[in-house]
Amino acid sequence: MTTTMPTDRPAGHAERVTVIKPHRGLASLDPVELWRRRDLAWVLALRDLRVRYKQTLLGVSWAVIQPLATMVVLHIFFGKVMGMAERVGDVPYPVFLYAGLLPWTLFANAVTSSSNSLVGNAHILSKVYFPRLLLPLSATIVPVIDYCIAFAVLAGLMLWFKVPMTLGLLWLAPLILSTVIAVLGVGILLASLTVSYRDFRYVVPFMLQLWFFMTPVIYSIGFVPERYQWLMNLNPMAGTIDAFRAAVLGQPVNIGAWLVSASVAVLTLLVGLMWFSKLERKFADVV
Amino acid sequence: MTMSYPAIQVEGLGKHYRLGQTRTLRQRLAGMIGRSGAANNQQAGEQSFWALRDVSFSLEAGRVLGVIGHNGAGKSTLLKLLSRITDPTEGKASIRGRVASLLEVGTGFHPELTGRENIFLNGAILGLKQHEIKKHFDRIVDFAEVGRFLDTPVKRYSSGMYVRLAFAIAAHLEPEVLIVDEVLAVGDASFQRKCLGKMGDVAQSGRTVVFVSHNMAAVRNLCHEAVLLDGGRVAKRGDTSEVIDGYLNRLFADTSDDGIVAWDESDAPGGDDVRLMKVRVVDESGAHHGVFDVNDPVNIELTYHVTNPVEDMRWVIKVVCDDGSIAMATTDHNQRGPLTAPGVYQSICTIPAGLLNVGRYTLQINAGCPGVKVLVQPGSFLRFQTTRTHNLGSAYVEHWPGAVAPALNWDMRAIHHSDQPRAGVAA
Repeated sequence: MTTTMPTDRPAGHAERVTVIKPHRGLASLDPVELWRRRDLAWVLALRDLRVRYKQTLLGVSWAVIQPLATMVVLHIFFGKVMGMAERVGDVPYPVFLYAGLLPWTLFANAVTSSSNSLVGNAHILSKVYFPRLLLPLSATIVPVIDYCIAFAVLAGLMLWFKVPMTLGLLWLAPLILSTVIAVLGVGILLASLTVSYRDFRYVVPFMLQLWFFMTPVIYSIGFVPERYQWLMNLNPMAGTIDAFRAAVLGQPVNIGAWLVSASVAVLTLLVGLMWFSKLERKFADVV
Repeated sequence: MTMSYPAIQVEGLGKHYRLGQTRTLRQRLAGMIGRSGAANNQQAGEQSFWALRDVSFSLEAGRVLGVIGHNGAGKSTLLKLLSRITDPTEGKASIRGRVASLLEVGTGFHPELTGRENIFLNGAILGLKQHEIKKHFDRIVDFAEVGRFLDTPVKRYSSGMYVRLAFAIAAHLEPEVLIVDEVLAVGDASFQRKCLGKMGDVAQSGRTVVFVSHNMAAVRNLCHEAVLLDGGRVAKRGDTSEVIDGYLNRLFADTSDDGIVAWDESDAPGGDDVRLMKVRVVDESGAHHGVFDVNDPVNIELTYHVTNPVEDMRWVIKVVCDDGSIAMATTDHNQRGPLTAPGVYQSICTIPAGLLNVGRYTLQINAGCPGVKVLVQPGSFLRFQTTRTHNLGSAYVEHWPGAVAPALNWDMRAIHHSDQPRAGVAA
């Protein structure tokens, strides 16, 4: 055959060659392919959302109920009974709590759903090819939607408790970004670990429970002795949540602490992606 | 087609599996802690094997290739590699054009979602863009015949409706290269015909298809050429009927029931008067083997030594199904003379073509003089299998019930035509 293009090729289609060969390193995380199949991430998220709507009476209102109810209970026990409300200074403890719970709930829900996303969709994984990374990514979409709804409640609480809105709120943009990075990093890492070691299905809920107490949600990082604070900030959510709350309450943001946490989050995402791509091609054999 | 180019080029493709790959965290941690962990892994019998090795072939665009072979020959592995579900260990394959693969229909269907919602979900999973699904939506619904139930959750669908909807979506993929498992063998007969029509269109439209199947009739119907896999390697490649013959030959070679059993004089079944020396099942050319096409006659050949003159003897052969039921019994009693003189004889009993069903049969053979004595005690001496490589008219091979599935004569006449008065029973 000469180098001229054959003319009998099915018309109206650009030549596309799929090459199937062993993959090494990060080669399997093909961003072009990922972008081409982005539809699937939305469709799967839509499925999750619809199924939840159909199976639960309260549907989307769970997005509000979950952090709100948690806030009320924590406020009663930690705020009132244990006297935390007095220790946080002159800010209303319910707002203090809710501002911490908001990013934490996103983190916990998204990490839970993305860590289960591969095992939970095993029947699809073993029958059809698509970039596997779409699954943990898609699994974070619904928690992000919940997060947006719960955000509106935060605004309501701030008005109710007369917390002034300051320019500090501008900080929320980079803080939300670093929350999402932490969510994706931990979620993607746990998703691939859950495929290899089913133990993680039980480890993750337990781990998140402990993680909650190691993250400054019911307290602030300032409660921790100063020489241990750096250790706390290695938690990718610690500095972020502390900064998030400071921004909401119009207090000074601890940029250093946040940068440490954000760096750990970025690092986790890189490690997560490496792990994922290393294992991606084996998922169908293992799930 | 004036010019052709390879749509699929496979070079030295191989897939290596390690058994017991899924170790628990505890085992892995134990392995990390002590060197003893490594020894444990060995003890756990960590085996590895090549599910596919050195597989090379190419397929011109617009051709339909059948992939056949036994279970475990590597068919599914090849399918999974070509559809990119799993990564090869070595080698390379390139596919030119837009690829779609169908390992099952209805992948990702969610029971709680409606037919409409599942069309979009399944379409997206199969690689269709949302606007493409919208474009085909009405045709999919028409094809599946689920119009009224479009907004009903699919968990309320009958299995027929479910499968029709699932297939309809798959059928409206418009890939240039289609990699497909035996998903077509679904639904009722009329739907099968419809699907096959669709498959026929696919073949006509110049699409390249890889069809993996152990349904020989389907492969014969649909494929231009075929490849036979055996033990993870390409055993034969070429024209469809040539490769299918190769497959059947291999089946003969592999089966332990090779169509012959023979004894020495000393241990041959029988007694002082008659000894059964050899039993064979042979085809028309006289070659014995263990697998027959039901469309070919099966000859049961008995070789026996009569040492003393015997009066009024007979052979009885029972053809026994796998479940122990007797498909039929036959004797040569009225076809042989009253006296059998000493000597070595051969009797051949022919089971005509088109009588047996697909399955496995055991031959139970005995000889005797009825009411007087037993000459050869009944024994299950030989087994053979039957298969069908041509179908009975329906698009797909159906499993036919019954111990036998005879091709009987059917005669059809018109008793009366609607524009004529009733003619009554003709003479």
